[in-house]
Amino acid sequence: GGMAAVALVLLLLLAAAGPVWARPDVLREELLLSPLPAGDVAATFQFRTRWDADLQRGAVSHYRLFPKALGRLVAALGIRELHLALTQGFWRTRTWGQPPLQAPAGAELWVWFQPTVTDVDKAWKELSNILSGIFCASLNFIDSTNTVTPTASFKPLGLGNGTDHHLLRYAVLPREVVCTENLTPWKKLLPCGSKAGLAVLLKAERLFHSSYHSQAVHIRPICRDASCLAVSWELRQTLTVVFDSFASGQGKKDWSLFRMFSRTLTDACPLASQSKVYVDISPKNKEKELLEVTPPPASLYEAVVQGEKRTYAVYDLLSPLLFNTSRSLNVQLKWTRPQDSSELPTPVLHAHRYVSGYGLQTGEISTLIYNTHPYRAFPVILLETVPWYLRLYVHTLTIITKGKENKPSYIHYQPAQDRRRPHLLEMLIQLPANSVTKITIQFERALLKWTEYPPDPNHGFYVGSSVLSALVPSIIAMKEVDMEQSPLFTSLFPSSDGSSYFVRLYTEPLLVNLPTPDFSMPYNVICLTCTVVAVCYGSFYNLLTRTFHVEEPSRGGLAKRLANIIRKLRGVPPL
Amino acid sequence: QFQLTVPVAVVFAPGSVPGDLPRPLPFRDVQEMEIPVNLRTSVTSRYETVYRSTTAQENIALHAATAQEADAALHPLQDALLGSLTVYVVSETSSLLPQGINVYVGKHRSALVRAGSGLATLHSRLQQLTQVMSFTSSSIAAALSDGVPDGQLGPDARRHLKSSLGYEITFSLLNPDPKSHTVDWDIEDAVNRYVQPVLDKLSLVANFSVDSQILYYAVLGVTPRFDKESSSFLLSTHSLPHVINPVEARLGSSATSLYPVLNFLLYVPERSHSPLYIQDKDGAPVSTNAFHSPRWGGIMVYNVETPTSPQALFPLHVEVDMVRVMEVFLAQLRLLFGLSREELPTEFLMESPGNEGLADWELDRLLWAHTIENIATVSTTLTSLAQLLDKIGNIVIKDDVASEVYRAVSSAQSAMAKLAAGHLHSAFQASKEAVTSSERAFFDPSLLHLLYFPDDQKFAIYIPLFLPVAVPILLSLAKIVRETKQRKKEPTKMD
Repeated sequence: GGMAAVALVLLLLLAAAGPVWARPDVLREELLLSPLPAGDVAATFQFRTRWDADLQRGAVSHYRLFPKALGRLVAALGIRELHLALTQGFWRTRTWGQPPLQAPAGAELWVWFQPTVTDVDKAWKELSNILSGIFCASLNFIDSTNTVTPTASFKPLGLGNGTDHHLLRYAVLPREVVCTENLTPWKKLLPCGSKAGLAVLLKAERLFHSSYHSQAVHIRPICRDASCLAVSWELRQTLTVVFDSFASGQGKKDWSLFRMFSRTLTDACPLASQSKVYVDISPKNKEKELLEVTPPPASLYEAVVQGEKRTYAVYDLLSPLLFNTSRSLNVQLKWTRPQDSSELPTPVLHAHRYVSGYGLQTGEISTLIYNTHPYRAFPVILLETVPWYLRLYVHTLTIITKGKENKPSYIHYQPAQDRRRPHLLEMLIQLPANSVTKITIQFERALLKWTEYPPDPNHGFYVGSSVLSALVPSIIAMKEVDMEQSPLFTSLFPSSDGSSYFVRLYTEPLLVNLPTPDFSMPYNVICLTCTVVAVCYGSFYNLLTRTFHVEEPSRGGLAKRLANIIRKLRGVPPL
Repeated sequence: QFQLTVPVAVVFAPGSVPGDLPRPLPFRDVQEMEIPVNLRTSVTSRYETVYRSTTAQENIALHAATAQEADAALHPLQDALLGSLTVYVVSETSSLLPQGINVYVGKHRSALVRAGSGLATLHSRLQQLTQVMSFTSSSIAAALSDGVPDGQLGPDARRHLKSSLGYEITFSLLNPDPKSHTVDWDIEDAVNRYVQPVLDKLSLVANFSVDSQILYYAVLGVTPRFDKESSSFLLSTHSLPHVINPVEARLGSSATSLYPVLNFLLYVPERSHSPLYIQDKDGAPVSTNAFHSPRWGGIMVYNVETPTSPQALFPLHVEVDMVRVMEVFLAQLRLLFGLSREELPTEFLMESPGNEGLADWELDRLLWAHTIENIATVSTTLTSLAQLLDKIGNIVIKDDVASEVYRAVSSAQSAMAKLAAGHLHSAFQASKEAVTSSERAFFDPSLLHLLYFPDDQKFAIYIPLFLPVAVPILLSLAKIVRETKQRKKEPTKMD
């Protein structure tokens, strides 16, 4: 009797859980709110759709949560991994710390193709055109002059160890401006749209009233389970936005969801199997709790993220307890006493890049890479793509650390071809502990043809961010965690072992002036020449067509009459 | 210019040969018919008819109990040439055909006809039959509709999809209220079971790809009206045009191919708006609760039974009855391809096409119409290309564009020649090639007319030259005019 009852209960439980777990596709949504040292607040949304189906086989054509447009793209063009980021603004690593996901200013696209793709360049061109249609971005300007094939910097994030880098394409459009027309199609890919769940907060007028806005789409194949015998596809849509709450909040660092987004959360997306809000409340400077979050969180989550121990307050939107007391969730954070902002922990790895030199003929690009780790040295891969119209002099490449020359252990350099492809420079540089490494390279500015100048050429030409990829040694030991259970913001980049974590940083994009001709000059020349020709023509015409005949002396001209009046006055006979 | 030749075989069963036959069997006969389309174009349809009597095998087949069985038995005895027709004439008193039915159209390319009282009756029946099974003047006019002024065509002709090399069929399940309903549909099985056989048959006409998606929070553009009497919500006919637009924004375009998309939407109304019914023009609810939009697709409203007990647990789990849905969608698919079975005389009986959803002769009808439409498309494409060249004199035609144009012209000509010879299949293939080549030539990126500097702007640049040069010329012209006037005034002074 007892056994039967237990079995019945088990059956009922299974039946209740059945429809949810039987689904081949799962949606998880997550919002991470982290107060930044300088008083800004970073909000990172992640929406992850995981689909237990093999998109590559081509047989799959029935979509539920996974957006059909992207699924068909992956199947039709033989894509193994796709990463697209559209960013407005620049993440200040030095003051804001290590970002969960950074992207360079403008548009960034990098794609791994399947080995079955024969003409990678054609597929890449087609893909960028289709993506520009889907996301209303000018990705169709991606062509061979801004596409590179890095050899070491970009490894596949999903299944499969990509060694054949000929299947990889990478391009950055630093001039791309991101605005609402890019956000709307991005929101449309979410199963719940912006009608329910965390996406309710994505209100364009607030998101673009911020210091940093970055939206991204990541598609990759992942293991279906621990045994990894079958492939699942994962779509991650991420959106990071940084609000300057210090400036907008009258000098106070307090913030709330409503003040940032002018909305509050009322429910979870009914299709999501997980919907959580994490608030970073880890104490800075090892002092006591300075922060106070309301409503009190139901649970706390502790993790080592990017080499730091962090504490998060967790709000589970799917738990019925959350909306018992109030109809909506408006997370608020107050600082209990003014924080001394003098002591900011600098991140272990950060970089800075600038262009120097004077005149319009030559210049120099300098990159400073900082390793502030007290006792560990680590290598970093630097990827530099420079457009062809800046002609790099590779013999001037110098890498200096602590006054001594630092020889890179790996260099891959692909020289540019005019109007065909950009420079690609990849280096593996060892950064000693507590050091600054300065990399300089000189360049010459090329003269463009007059049709090659963009509109407003005096604004300057952008050079895309350089990319730093490194395995940074952690100060605190990290535990191996189950990727499927841990929060989304910790699980995009796989950590190789417990002692280090992966960091990818982007430096500032550069703005370089090129010698620019006066574009109105041809028209000025035409005008001037035409006027001269016309004047000459007019006088010749008059000479040729007028008949000249001697004029009979009549009463004379004005001068003669004046002279006669004067003569009359003087009593002299008139002329 | 068009000549369409249909090979027809008229086979007389014993005892059905009319007495007033002009010649003894077997003999050949050709009938021509002029179909006027517009002032310039006219289509000649030519029926090459072979009259013969049945063979022994056919005789046995015609002794079957019912028309269906006879049709099945006769099928292997015919040549399976596309576009050809075989008509079996049975005696007036034959029991093969039910009472009151004089013509039976089978699943394949054959039909059974009662002999009738004389040759005249038989002829008129044959003529009607051949038109139904191949093409009518209206179907030809619809295919050539680019050259036909509006208003001459009925709404039916505008409904048909344009001929294309491929079509994408998208089934979308719209669930605007996922909090109340979790809707599941076994679309994969339904497509394999009901749609795929039809598409396999149609694969001769075009390439098809099928996919499906579920869209949440996708709402119709109009709020339905509440009807107190039936306590239901109603969508009236005049509001239906406003339904599609907001939904279409969510459907997503087919980014990966250029083929036209056929959308079939299954709409599960939100709980606060259900049950929802579509009204026809007279205000009566439409029995299928569905409507279709010409050249776009169809929408069906699928109502969920609301639970009687108020304590029902939400979300409600709904499993869609795919048989009901697919019946509607397949009927709409046939309508979109112009395969409606309307306007038939009452004495006609059609065999239902069965699982394949499409009889062989219906496929032929489609091929006739699409071949003609393809040729018309090629001619308009090449004409507009020629017009573009006339407008911009210094446009550069590259060799590959030129060769595409030559190929398009020669393929179109061979398609027309094959139509005149009665080879429908090869004519269709040639017309497809012609369309591909002509589109490729027309959409070649080097032919963008914005690439060429317009002449009027060249004049604008040289205005600083022309204006000062013109001033002395105009002045002296004025002077000449003045002088001639003065000379006319005082002609005597000159003497």
